[in-house]
Amino acid sequence: MEWINAILQGILLGGLYALFAAGLSLMFGIMRFVNLAHGDFIIAAAFLTLVFVDLTGLSPLWAIVPIVPAMMVAGYIGQRVVLNRLSGKDLLPSILVTFGLSVILQNLMLETFSADSRRVSAGALDTAAIPLGGGLAVGVIPLLLFVSAIAVIALLNWIFAHTAVGRQLRATSDDPETVSLMGINKKHLFAIAMSLASGVVALAGVLLAVKTNFDPAAGPVRLLFAFEAVIIGGLGSLWGTLAGGVILGVAQGLGAKIDPGMQILAGHIVFLIILVLRPQGLFPKQRG
Amino acid sequence: MTDLLTASSLDAFYGDFQALFGVNFRISEGESVALIGANGAGKSTFLKVLTGLLPVPGQSLTFDGTDLTQHPAHEIAKLGIAMSPEGRRLFPSLSVRENLLLGATVAREGPWNLQAVEDLFPILTEKANTPSTLLSGGQQQMVAIGRALMANPKILLLDEVSLGLAPVIIRDIYSALPRIRENGTSVILVEQDIGQAVAVSDRLYCLQEGRISLEGPSATLDRADISAAYFGRKKEHA
Repeated sequence: MEWINAILQGILLGGLYALFAAGLSLMFGIMRFVNLAHGDFIIAAAFLTLVFVDLTGLSPLWAIVPIVPAMMVAGYIGQRVVLNRLSGKDLLPSILVTFGLSVILQNLMLETFSADSRRVSAGALDTAAIPLGGGLAVGVIPLLLFVSAIAVIALLNWIFAHTAVGRQLRATSDDPETVSLMGINKKHLFAIAMSLASGVVALAGVLLAVKTNFDPAAGPVRLLFAFEAVIIGGLGSLWGTLAGGVILGVAQGLGAKIDPGMQILAGHIVFLIILVLRPQGLFPKQRG
Repeated sequence: MTDLLTASSLDAFYGDFQALFGVNFRISEGESVALIGANGAGKSTFLKVLTGLLPVPGQSLTFDGTDLTQHPAHEIAKLGIAMSPEGRRLFPSLSVRENLLLGATVAREGPWNLQAVEDLFPILTEKANTPSTLLSGGQQQMVAIGRALMANPKILLLDEVSLGLAPVIIRDIYSALPRIRENGTSVILVEQDIGQAVAVSDRLYCLQEGRISLEGPSATLDRADISAAYFGRKKEHA
């Protein structure tokens, strides 16, 4: 039963990893843009949640209301003003600039919030759990994380499949030159993609703040988990990204069960095995 | 007739490489103009200039009273120039109908909509939900033309429509041209097949190594002159 519990908790943890990964997957899928500061933006959103709770005294989940729209707007503006200058066939400029952004963000957070590890309390929700019988239980917060991940991925997929903007985003991902012949301003569309990704980042940051401890240097590890989830799942499929997150979460859960020191290592080992056996990922984008 | 689009002594460059030299070109409303020439003569380059994919700052290029050199590609599409590009360039992640709908992004008024395009090429109704990559070459070409028509353009650019297609399919596709033109849409078509180009155009330009080597009404131009302009003087004895 303890093993089943480890798998169950791993699956729920995978929801958080899927949220980390969805933003990264969006940016790379549409703009061929690698954001090395992705994890640091998630941590920044977590610190904003801390500030929100300190200022208002409300439950941290209310932080979603101001932080998600604020980061979506900031993402749009950041893409139009800075990042659009980097978009092109070459990946290197985006890697260099976002690496710089990562260093700047980490040090800004260190200056502002100190190096202490922080946690945001959601009150009674922190310890609330739903018993499943047989000694199994799921925490309300991990469950909330998992449901949020599914909801976000379902919403993004719906946008891609059924809206004009989603159609334009898919077309841009296919052939960024030809979309301009359709009267589509690539710079505006890239900024919309960044805005969507930033909204997911903001949500992931708020939920991370409620779920676990964080400190200004915690970003790169989140980035690593996000990359692993994207690559396990296969580029171009958000449901694949969720599967990748779940596989990573379960591997870590089982690793921790074997030996607490094995948790992170077990995740990396499973990632490497999948990378060797199936480098295109489990659910690669289908091309005709 | 007033000119809808004019280019005067237009030069175009890919980096340091000059692809077009002093091209003078005009087309009026409702007119059909063919561009012919050998591979690398500059035909597709000229269409890239017209659509803004290849910017030509400082050159003289006017469309409907607007200086085109001041506008990026997505704005030129909104002004009313649409292209069916060489190689069709359909979006593989999109179904046939989604490809067509994407063409309507510019939201210009006019006779063309999903219904009208599917009436013009009825096979596209049947294939509406098929991924564009699973179509035959001819069907893909119909989608590319339909997608351009969805923009209700004033000028439709057709780049190498017949490339890689069977003669019977080419005839099918060109038989749609009169219905496209009856609404007053001007057409500029790039064609390797001289016979086809002469048959469907009012006037004709021949490009050779980036320069206009011949120009005139398609009906009265002499085939020998066209051949000479097409291949260059060296082959005149052939």
